[in-house]
Amino acid sequence: MSEKFIDLFKETLEITDDSVQLDTEFRKLPQWDSLAFLSVIAMIDEEYDVVIEGNDFIKLITVADVINEIKNRS
Amino acid sequence: MALLKYTGVGIRGLAAAVPRNVIKNYEYTTYFPAEEVKQVVDKIGIVERRFADPHICSSDLCFAAAEKLLTDLSVPREEIDLLVFVSQTPDYRMPATSILLQHRLGLSENTIAFDLNLGCSGFIYGMSVIYAMMERSGLRRALLLDGETRSRIYSPKDRKTAFIFGDAGAAALIERDDSYGESFFSLNSDGSKEELIKINAGGYRNPTTEETLKERVVDEFGNIRSDEHGYMNGSDVFNFVISRIPADIKRVMGYSGSEVASLDYFLFHQANDFINSYLARKLKLDPEKVPATIAKFGNTSSVSIPLTMVSEMQGKLSGKKVLLSGFGVGMTWATSVIQLGDCFVSDLVEI
Repeated sequence: MSEKFIDLFKETLEITDDSVQLDTEFRKLPQWDSLAFLSVIAMIDEEYDVVIEGNDFIKLITVADVINEIKNRS
Repeated sequence: MALLKYTGVGIRGLAAAVPRNVIKNYEYTTYFPAEEVKQVVDKIGIVERRFADPHICSSDLCFAAAEKLLTDLSVPREEIDLLVFVSQTPDYRMPATSILLQHRLGLSENTIAFDLNLGCSGFIYGMSVIYAMMERSGLRRALLLDGETRSRIYSPKDRKTAFIFGDAGAAALIERDDSYGESFFSLNSDGSKEELIKINAGGYRNPTTEETLKERVVDEFGNIRSDEHGYMNGSDVFNFVISRIPADIKRVMGYSGSEVASLDYFLFHQANDFINSYLARKLKLDPEKVPATIAKFGNTSSVSIPLTMVSEMQGKLSGKKVLLSGFGVGMTWATSVIQLGDCFVSDLVEI
């Protein structure tokens, strides 16, 4: 799942290089902004049928945290 | 669980009015650089909006729409027994704008008239209130008037809201007839989310002072507004939409015994293209069945559903089964499945 999620994440943020890894703190990416945030929330809902609300998403720091949260909820 | 079903009441006709004044979003660059504007506008998919001239109120837009509709359908004014005005931008704090419209439209003193203070779910709430009253015998015809001048609410210096909202008014003539069949509604509210979309000051909780009128920088992005401007927390609104709206739509489809394939059209509140595209994908809808006006009129709050019906669906509504979905400030959300009969749609009015 990790590899597929990273691909979807990069596609959502239009990232083509290798800057996204499991330990990447995604808020530090230059492509991250409020619109990117919404796109990621929508992607997670559409691909995994999981809704992570804003208050919960704030606690997630790395890409791996997001993947774990999806696993815990699905 | 607020699910409602009505029989033998329906929409006989619809009209809508928009201001002539067109705001082109890509050129709306007074406060923000063109490049940044393009980035926002591309994402929200709102190319143009209409702004009412300073002397025009929501009620004026509704009056123009109602005059057009009553004239086109040759409805005798004395046959209107009920008038409901939906808006959060009324003429005065008192009296209610519906009462002024009763007189202005030349309706009888026996007309029941009141306002509903609701945002983006308001047209569907208004329909449900009218359907409930009309289902009883005693009322001949009702007018649902729904108007907003949201352009006045938001700060042009707050990029979170500066490019989204526009002005419009709509009128629906509702009547009893056995041919209308059944209509299904779900109406909901969640006041714990009052902070998602709000104007903080200028009411009675936080009355107007010199302080509330002062513009200030409100966040790390340099957005500027006063406490009497509206604000919107877009990402929490989006979270709210994805956690509540598809579920409510499925609930009403189940309640009404409909499936995606048996519905002719899906009319969503025109929030922004980001949200609307998401909903269409999530529910796996054929884009042909999802009419939109977000690109040309922006978000007109509760008016966006009837405005889309008038602007995009003239001659296409009669005999159709449609789903309506509105959601926003409150938060409130409402879904409806209605079977339309012979539904007349007037030409769009510009004032």
